[in-house]
Amino acid sequence: MPRTPLITYGNVRKSFPGTTGAVTAVDDVSLDIAEGEFLAIVGGSGSGKTTLLRLTNRLIAPDSGTIRIAGEDIGHLEPVALRRRIGNVFQNAALFPHMTVAANIGITPRLLGTPTHEIAARVDELLDLVQLDRTAHRDRLPDELSGGQRQRVGVARALAARPRIVLMDEPFGALDPLTRDTLGQDYRALHDKLGLTTVMITHDITEALLLADRVAVMRGGRLVEVGTPAELAASREPYVAELMTTPRRQAARLAALLPESGAA
Amino acid sequence: MSVLSDPRFAEALSHLADYLGSHLRVSVAALALGLIVSFPLALVARNRPALRSLLLGLASVVQTVPGLALLALFYPLLLALAALTSRWFGLSFSAFGFLPAVLALALYSMLPVLRNTITGLNGVDAGLIEAAKGVGMTEHQALRMVELPLALPVIMAGIRTAAVWVIGTATLSTPIGQTSLGNYIFAGLQTQNWVLVVFGCVAAAVLALVVDQLLALIEHGLRRRSRARVALGTATIALMVVASLLPSLAGGSARYVIGAKTFTEQYVLSALISDRLQAAGLSAATRAGLGSSVIYGALRNGDIDLYVEYSGTLWANQFHHNEQLPRAALLEALKQDLAKDKVTLLGELGFENAYALVMPRKKAEALGIRSIEDLARHTAQMSIAGDYEFFSRPEWAALRDAYGLTFRAQRQMQPDFMYAAVASGEVDVIAGYTSDGLTAKYDLVVLGDPKQAIPPYDAILLLSPRRADDRALQDALRPLLGRIDIATMQQANLRASGSDAESSPRAVARWLWSKISK
Repeated sequence: MPRTPLITYGNVRKSFPGTTGAVTAVDDVSLDIAEGEFLAIVGGSGSGKTTLLRLTNRLIAPDSGTIRIAGEDIGHLEPVALRRRIGNVFQNAALFPHMTVAANIGITPRLLGTPTHEIAARVDELLDLVQLDRTAHRDRLPDELSGGQRQRVGVARALAARPRIVLMDEPFGALDPLTRDTLGQDYRALHDKLGLTTVMITHDITEALLLADRVAVMRGGRLVEVGTPAELAASREPYVAELMTTPRRQAARLAALLPESGAA
Repeated sequence: MSVLSDPRFAEALSHLADYLGSHLRVSVAALALGLIVSFPLALVARNRPALRSLLLGLASVVQTVPGLALLALFYPLLLALAALTSRWFGLSFSAFGFLPAVLALALYSMLPVLRNTITGLNGVDAGLIEAAKGVGMTEHQALRMVELPLALPVIMAGIRTAAVWVIGTATLSTPIGQTSLGNYIFAGLQTQNWVLVVFGCVAAAVLALVVDQLLALIEHGLRRRSRARVALGTATIALMVVASLLPSLAGGSARYVIGAKTFTEQYVLSALISDRLQAAGLSAATRAGLGSSVIYGALRNGDIDLYVEYSGTLWANQFHHNEQLPRAALLEALKQDLAKDKVTLLGELGFENAYALVMPRKKAEALGIRSIEDLARHTAQMSIAGDYEFFSRPEWAALRDAYGLTFRAQRQMQPDFMYAAVASGEVDVIAGYTSDGLTAKYDLVVLGDPKQAIPPYDAILLLSPRRADDRALQDALRPLLGRIDIATMQQANLRASGSDAESSPRAVARWLWSKISK
C-alpha cells in the first residue's frame, strides 16, 4: 500500500529511570504509518508498545528522534491541542464514572468550545454510529452499562471531535471473546467508512492479524518486524515465527473441525 | 419540677441567641479560613512527598495540642503581633476574643481537610487521569472536571469532620474572650449549675449535627449535580450566619464591658457591677470566664472596660515582684505600676480573697495544727491539692520556702471539687481562698500565716485606660467600694455554690446588694 505517510517515527528512543539504571522502553524505532492505514502493534509486556503509543500524542516526550504527523514535528506542537486532534480509546474504556454517557462522548468537543446544541446532535450521531440506542443510553452512567457497551461509548468518545487519527490501547482486551470479535469488526468497519488512520496496541496476535492492514511486532523496545499478515507469515525472524505458531495452529484446527468454512 | 420550668433553664434560654450566634460566627469563620488555607496547600503538596509529610506532620502536631492550650497560646501571640504592627504601621487590632479564636480553630480544622483532600485526590484511578489527559484536558481541567469530582466524597468527609471538631472546640474559646456556647459550660462548671453545663453541651452538639447535615446536603447536591441542593445547603448556612449577626446590628453593642475570671466570686461580682451600671442608666455586658492571664491584657487594651482583680495576683504574676509588702504599701506600689499602663485602680471592695491553706477543723484540732508553721511538721505524710494555677504561682514557692513545706503528694483540681475532696479526706490540705463560702459549709479551718508569706489579696476595681476620666461610670461604682466585708463575701459565695435557682450569680448579686446597700 504505497500511500503517503501520516505518522512517521524517526529513530525514536525513550528510557525511564529504573531501580538498576535507566530502562530503555523504546529503542531506536523508525516506522511510517500511511494515511488510512490500520496498524496493530503486537508485543508482550515490557515490549515498549504502550510507550510508543503515549509518545504519539505527547503524553510523554522522546529522549531523541522525532515523531511527525502530516509532516509536522509534534515536538513543536502544543500537546493539549494535539491530543484534542487525536482520538484515544483506552483499556477498559476508562469512561469518567461521574459523567453520563452523553457527557463522556461530548467531552473533547466541550473542551474545544463547541456549542452545547451541536455537541448534543453530535452525541446522538455517534451513538448511532457505534450502534447504541440514543434514548436508552444517553443519560446513563457508565456503571449501568455492560463491558461491550462501555467500550462502544469509548469509541464514540474518541471519534467525537472528528479526528483523523485514532490511538487504541488494548481496547478489547477485557471483553468476552464474542463481544470482542463483534466490536473489532464493527470498529474496522468504522475505520474504513470514516477513512481513519488507526494505531491499535494488542497482545493478541490473532486479533492483530484479523483486524489490521499491517502488524508491527515489538520486543524489548525494538521494532522486530513490520508487515502485512502474509509478510509476517513469511518472516525468518524467530520471535515472529514463534508468535505466528498459535494462529497457524488454531487456523489449521479450525479448518479441520469446520470443513465447510475452510473453502476460502 | 420539670427541667423546662426550672428558672435556670429560662435563664439559660435568655442567652441562647447571643451565645449560639457568636459560636456559629466564630466556627463558620474558622472553618472558612481553614478551608481557604488547607485546600490550596493540599493541591500543592499532593505530588510533593517531602512537603506533604511536612504539612501532615505539622497539622498532626497541632492536633495533639489540647484545644484549650492552643486557643490560649494565640492570645499572647497576637498581643505581641498587635504591638509590633502598631509600632511599625500604626495599625492596631484586638488580640482578644474573635481573632485568636478564629485563628486557633482554623489551625485545628486543617488536618482533616489536608489529609482527606490529599488522600482523596491521590486515590483517583491513574487510568482515568491518563484518559483525562488523553481526551485533551489541561492539568487544571483534569483536576476540576475529573479528579475533584471523583475525590469529592472523601474531601467532603474531611470538611465535615473539621466542622464538627471546630464547633466542638469553639466551646473552649470562652476563656480568651470569645463568647460561645462554652460560656454556659464554663459558668455552669464554676457555679455547679449542671443545667447550664448540659444546656451548653446539648446546644453545641445540636449545632454540630445541623451543620454536618447541611454539609451532607451540599455534598449530595454536588455529586448528583443538583444545583437546588447545593444552593439550599449553602443558603441555609449563610442564613444562619446572617441571623446570628442581626441582634448585634439591631441592638448595637453595650457601652461597658465587664470582665470576669473563671470562678464563682467573679461571676457574682460582675453581675453585681452590671446591675449597678444598669441602675445608673449605663448599658453593660459581661464577658465572663476569662483566663487569669488574659484578663489584665484585655483591660489594658480596652477590650473590656473594668473588672475585679486581686492585689497580690497582679503584684506577683503581672508585675513579677518578689518582695513582700504590707497591705497598704503594696496597694500604693501597685498604683504606680498600673499608672504606667494607664490603668486606673478605682478602689478596694473591702474584702480579701487570698490563697490560704485550709483543712478540716476536726483533723486540725486533733493534730494541734493552728498555723502553717504547725502544719509544716506533718506535711511529709500529707497530700495537698490546689487549683490549676496555684503550684506554678510565685506565692506557692514563697510559702513553701518560708515554712519548709514538703508534701507527700500534690494534686491539681477544679476549685469547687477541691473543697469536697479535703472534706472527704481525699487530700489532707488544700490551697483554698479566704473568701470562699465552702470553708464554712464543710467545717474547714483556715491556717494562720505568721510569717506573712502569702501576699495580701485585696479585691480591687480596675478601669481600662479609656475609662480613666469617665465620671458616670465611676460614680455608679463608688457605692461598692469598701462595702463588702469578708463575711458577706463568704456568705455570697456559699449561696452561689448551691445548685438551686437562688444560687445563680444574678440572684446572689441581688442578695449581696440588698446586704451592702443598707
